[in-house]
Amino acid sequence: MKLITAIVRTHKLDEVREAVGDLGVSGVTVTEVRGFGRQRGHTEVYRGAEYVVEFVPKTKIEIAVADTLAERVIEAISTTARTGKVGDGKIFVVDLEQVVRIRTGERDASAL
Amino acid sequence: MTTLSRSLLFVLLALPAPLAWADPLPAAVSAAASTAPPAPSTTEPSVILNSQINSGDTAWMLASMALVLMMTVPGLALFYGGMVRKKNVLATLMQSFAITCLVTLLWYVIGYSLAFTPGTPYIGGVSRLFRNGVIYIKDVAAAAATKDTPAVAAVIGKVSVSHLGVTIPETVYAMFQLTFAIITPALICGAFAERMKFSAMLWFMAIWSIIVYAPIAHWMWEPGGWGATAGVLDFAGGTVVHINSGIAALACALALGKRVGLNKEPMAPHNLVLTVIGASLLWVGWFGFNAGSAVAADGRAGMAMAVTQIATAAAALAWMFMEWTIKRKPSVLGIASGAVAGLVAITPASGFVMPTPAVIIGIAAGVICFLAATSLKKALGYDDSLDAFGVHCIGGTVGALLTGVFASAALDGGQAGSVVTQLKGVLATLVYGFVVSYLILKVIDVTIGLRVTEEEEREGLDVSLHGEHVE
Repeated sequence: MKLITAIVRTHKLDEVREAVGDLGVSGVTVTEVRGFGRQRGHTEVYRGAEYVVEFVPKTKIEIAVADTLAERVIEAISTTARTGKVGDGKIFVVDLEQVVRIRTGERDASAL
Repeated sequence: MTTLSRSLLFVLLALPAPLAWADPLPAAVSAAASTAPPAPSTTEPSVILNSQINSGDTAWMLASMALVLMMTVPGLALFYGGMVRKKNVLATLMQSFAITCLVTLLWYVIGYSLAFTPGTPYIGGVSRLFRNGVIYIKDVAAAAATKDTPAVAAVIGKVSVSHLGVTIPETVYAMFQLTFAIITPALICGAFAERMKFSAMLWFMAIWSIIVYAPIAHWMWEPGGWGATAGVLDFAGGTVVHINSGIAALACALALGKRVGLNKEPMAPHNLVLTVIGASLLWVGWFGFNAGSAVAADGRAGMAMAVTQIATAAAALAWMFMEWTIKRKPSVLGIASGAVAGLVAITPASGFVMPTPAVIIGIAAGVICFLAATSLKKALGYDDSLDAFGVHCIGGTVGALLTGVFASAALDGGQAGSVVTQLKGVLATLVYGFVVSYLILKVIDVTIGLRVTEEEEREGLDVSLHGEHVE
């Protein structure tokens, strides 16, 4: 099992959700986050006062999937979240040791 | 604030006047007992028959009072509230709201009398303390209740009027002027946002309202005031309201010093939607302010309304294009600020100028106030947090001086404008306003202190002063 964490542009969330849904992913966790990568921030000007906004708002998507599905999910996120400009985000993939469905106590593959 | 000082303030507000709740019987009315309708005086408040009141004028002035009150709560409160950081939004709204309440009582106790009754050229009299003598007695019921008293019989079916508005009841005139007395100190709040103690703010506003606002209103508006006598033109308060509040704002910015973390930490406005709603309410309310200052529902009010709209649009676009050119983007805060600058600048001119000069006044205000709020502030280094000085003092001065250039004799009954005379009014207000405001602030600073502690400031005034927060 893999835990896929994708940081994407906020407005790309719906497209990503649809694409991974089509692949059969049954659960997604979404968080609004702020951070910076190569995009850095941007400058805002209020009545001549300039503020550098260092942390850019992004959306973090977390998906736990079976190993067999992982590559296709990564591919789907990469394709749908891409604009080609700096700031499209990143995908982190880690091995997942255990999954528990709280309601039934099911474990691992059957809990996904 | 100590318990002692709090109770002193309460006593100041609640001090009973011996005559305040007895039947009001002004000395001036005793002569008016003949059957012919009394002619209202043009030099002091007088008493006329109820039937002499003009219902059209009165209806418009009742509406104007409500419009101008709306400028402060919620207009100005939202305008400023959106520009501060989220941790200070309630404290900022609270300032406007509390000033509205505080000044209302002070106006009833003393402010109205000092501003709008005859006295010396520098300050009005005390004849209207606690609204003494401001009367209205309905014909039939009052006659039945009080027919045995000759002094009351003399005023049955009569109403007092101010000499500044002889076709409307004095109550309406006094309440209309109250809303100006409210918004003027509330405008100052922009300079000390996010760092002033609430108790110090209440003391400052109470004292300022009595010893700065009331005299300057008397100078410029009461016919016996030295400014009015000298021919200083201030139709709706460019000098009395905007230069006055703006220069007091500069005194506050200098006396309080900069906010902790200025130019190091982000201090961007937390919600410009509130600011735009506030600016829009100010704009709408300003028709009560300017067109209402005709104190009549007449052609002059109509002209004041037209030039107000035109100058505001011109100033908003001027600010927007300046910003677009210099800072690359036309910002929402910019166009809203430009609109307020235009409203400020057309205020003294509104009953005196035609639409074409209004366009010029608007453009001048938009450009000059933009430079004041962006470059001048940066160059001089004071922390006028929300640009109360940059917009109101500078915009008010632009308007006051250009009123001298463009005032049309056709609109104001033959009185031509003069830049030199206008300059006298502006300078007197700047000097008196700055010196007295700064002195009040210094006295408060050594007694109860002006600023919150650095810890309270960092935590935010909402929680540290008011024990509340949004969300």
